[in-house]
Amino acid sequence: MTVSFGGPGLWYATRAAGLVTLLLLTLSALLGVLTAGRFASPTWPRFMTVGLHRNLSLLALVFVALHIATTVLDSYTSIQVSAAFIPFISSYKRGWLGLGAIALDLLIALVVTSLTRIRLGHRAWRLVHWSGYACWPVAVAHGVGAGTDEGTAWAVDMTIVCVAAVAGAIAWRILQRWPERRVLRMSVTALAALGVPVVLSLSGYGL
Amino acid sequence: MSEPEGRGAARTDAPKGRGAAWSEERGTRNERRATREGGALSAPEAQRKQSAELVRCAHAPAARPAVPLYRPPQARLPRLLAGMSYHQPTDLREHERRYGPIPLRGHSGRERPQRLIDVVDRSGLTGRGGAGFPTGRKMRSVATGRGPATVVANGAEGEPASCKDRLLLTRLPHLVMDGISLAADAVGASEAFLCVHRKETDLLATLAYAADARRRAGVDPVPVQVIGIPGRYVSSEQSSIVQFINGGPAKPTFAPPRPHERGVAGRPTLENNVETLAHLALIARYGDTWFRGVGLPSATGSALVTVGGTVARPGVYEIELGTPIGQVIMQAGGPTERPQALLVGGYFGTWIPAEYAWQIPLAQPTLRAAGGAMGAGIVIALPVTSCGLAETARVVRYLAEETAGQCGPCVMGLPALADALADLAYQGGRGRVLDQISRLLPVIEGRGACRHPDGATKLVRSALRTFSAEVQWHDQRGACYGVRRDPLLPVPGDEEREWGWK
Amino acid sequence: MGLEMSIKLRVNPTMCDGHGMCAELLPEIITLDQWGYPILAPGPVPRPLADHAKRAAEACPTLALLIDETRHKHR
Repeated sequence: MTVSFGGPGLWYATRAAGLVTLLLLTLSALLGVLTAGRFASPTWPRFMTVGLHRNLSLLALVFVALHIATTVLDSYTSIQVSAAFIPFISSYKRGWLGLGAIALDLLIALVVTSLTRIRLGHRAWRLVHWSGYACWPVAVAHGVGAGTDEGTAWAVDMTIVCVAAVAGAIAWRILQRWPERRVLRMSVTALAALGVPVVLSLSGYGL
Repeated sequence: MSEPEGRGAARTDAPKGRGAAWSEERGTRNERRATREGGALSAPEAQRKQSAELVRCAHAPAARPAVPLYRPPQARLPRLLAGMSYHQPTDLREHERRYGPIPLRGHSGRERPQRLIDVVDRSGLTGRGGAGFPTGRKMRSVATGRGPATVVANGAEGEPASCKDRLLLTRLPHLVMDGISLAADAVGASEAFLCVHRKETDLLATLAYAADARRRAGVDPVPVQVIGIPGRYVSSEQSSIVQFINGGPAKPTFAPPRPHERGVAGRPTLENNVETLAHLALIARYGDTWFRGVGLPSATGSALVTVGGTVARPGVYEIELGTPIGQVIMQAGGPTERPQALLVGGYFGTWIPAEYAWQIPLAQPTLRAAGGAMGAGIVIALPVTSCGLAETARVVRYLAEETAGQCGPCVMGLPALADALADLAYQGGRGRVLDQISRLLPVIEGRGACRHPDGATKLVRSALRTFSAEVQWHDQRGACYGVRRDPLLPVPGDEEREWGWK
Repeated sequence: MGLEMSIKLRVNPTMCDGHGMCAELLPEIITLDQWGYPILAPGPVPRPLADHAKRAAEACPTLALLIDETRHKHR
């Protein structure tokens, strides 16, 4: 017996949960990059960066669970639970949902390995944690493609802000890691400078 | 070059190919070099001369006749170097003619291998690689470890000032390999490795040839595998070799687990210096009472010592442990200039003022009591015309370049220490540098994964103590005249150094 | 008679990258040298700080801070 609900309530809930997840994942990715870059200031100690990164990731997991649950229970689209974990098996928006499943799988791997970090050892943990750089953009892409709010201005703006924040953090990290490489500095700056108008013009088409 | 019989001194080649600073070249090149810090003095003329001497020694009619040594030699010394061959060191048959076959006697029950460990225990043999750990105890802990063991013979002499291991491996390879085999049998090893620096291609070829001869003759229950390791200073450390054999870089690893618990391929690993194993090969033949016949009760047996600096005949000598250092220097022909201090124990050793050091018996416990350590048996005489600070500064610069790059305090601290010492030696301290050094030393020592930073700080502390008068002079007035003298302590030149770890 | 646990801290210097989170979380025992690497006060960790020590070890990004727990009987 399947449980299903009618009405737009679940649809609103899943969009809300999805957007909150996007925000949380963005913040988490941002803080992760800052941790690796040893960001610290007199009022912001390092353990706060890593502590927030950890807690926001766990919170994101909660909201992802909400997002999946509300989507599955929504009778408007018949998406089974397994489609959340196994990519590209749903009938509705197969590609974009598949990306979501990939992001979820990566997120679970990240969280599980981080919780068992001490047992796992540093090298194995680090290998898996690099996939964080894949998890976040895939999640964003899932939001852009599968999200039903993406036509609206505020959703587009939010996505742009999220992408800009993480891209900026990564640029900062790259420049900080290799401060002497002039070519690197110039190419990163050029990318950032060009990227802004490109993204703006693309988003003008209401992806 | 005649060898005085029965004096227990076997004169051998001075180090070649190591940027040896036993140079007689003088002149503007050295003065220019001495006024800026750093750089090794490679001395092609001196090396060519030394090689010529080596050839002469190699072809001299046997200064010691090739006596069969089935029984222990009657004279107290030489022991290790008694059977040194000038003709065909790699000839297995000649080795067996001289010493008799390796006393393995087949595998006749469990208790037989253990008996060698008991004999080694009673003999009081300690490691000759620098640490001086009781060999019997090490063997026992490996033998009682879990599973089959591995034996690693460390012939990778990292110390530029030492060449005793090189001597043993070129002139007595089969004695060393006997030791490896006996140790492997005693601890229940199923694998055995002999490690040397991979740049020593001639030595590798010689050893491979000797190992091959033994393999064909079926002498060893466990065939010896000869491997070349990177030529970095810390690569000859015990855990570095183990990590390298395991496929990793030749860098030291963090302590637990220790190699004797989990080493090569996770098995209990016995790591010994090649000189220790050579002594073991003789103990197995002649017994522990014989071994204890020379030396001190607390430091038994004989040892190989590399004597260098301003002495008449620098080279490797075999001495009884407990011989006063002054006597060791006299065996090497005595000082050619009045010595001000002796560096005992190599670059992780200590400077000791000459008059004080002269009386000290050369052995681990007596040197420890005097605030030093035996190290790998190196004694270098520094004349009054040299500047001990400048020499120390050069060595610390070398040590700073030779860190494994793993531990922050060492990677950051040693170069800072080297800079400060160079400042003090060549520019004068102006009151600041001494303060800097005294603040750096406690921050560096004890905070690395291996003993590299500790060795450097110990050397610096002993230099500040021994050369305290010079330190005051440098601090107040700048460089002394001694910095213009040729560098004495050998530091490998750029062309001899390797930079890789794998 | 009961069991008492004493905790000792150790640093694996080959893994330590000088992030410094341990010194922020346990400043009573860990201070940083001029290059950012930890200097541990000698001796066991006092009992009231045990939880903080565990948190500091968990926070280390390279797992370089190690905790040794030994149990011994307490008279």
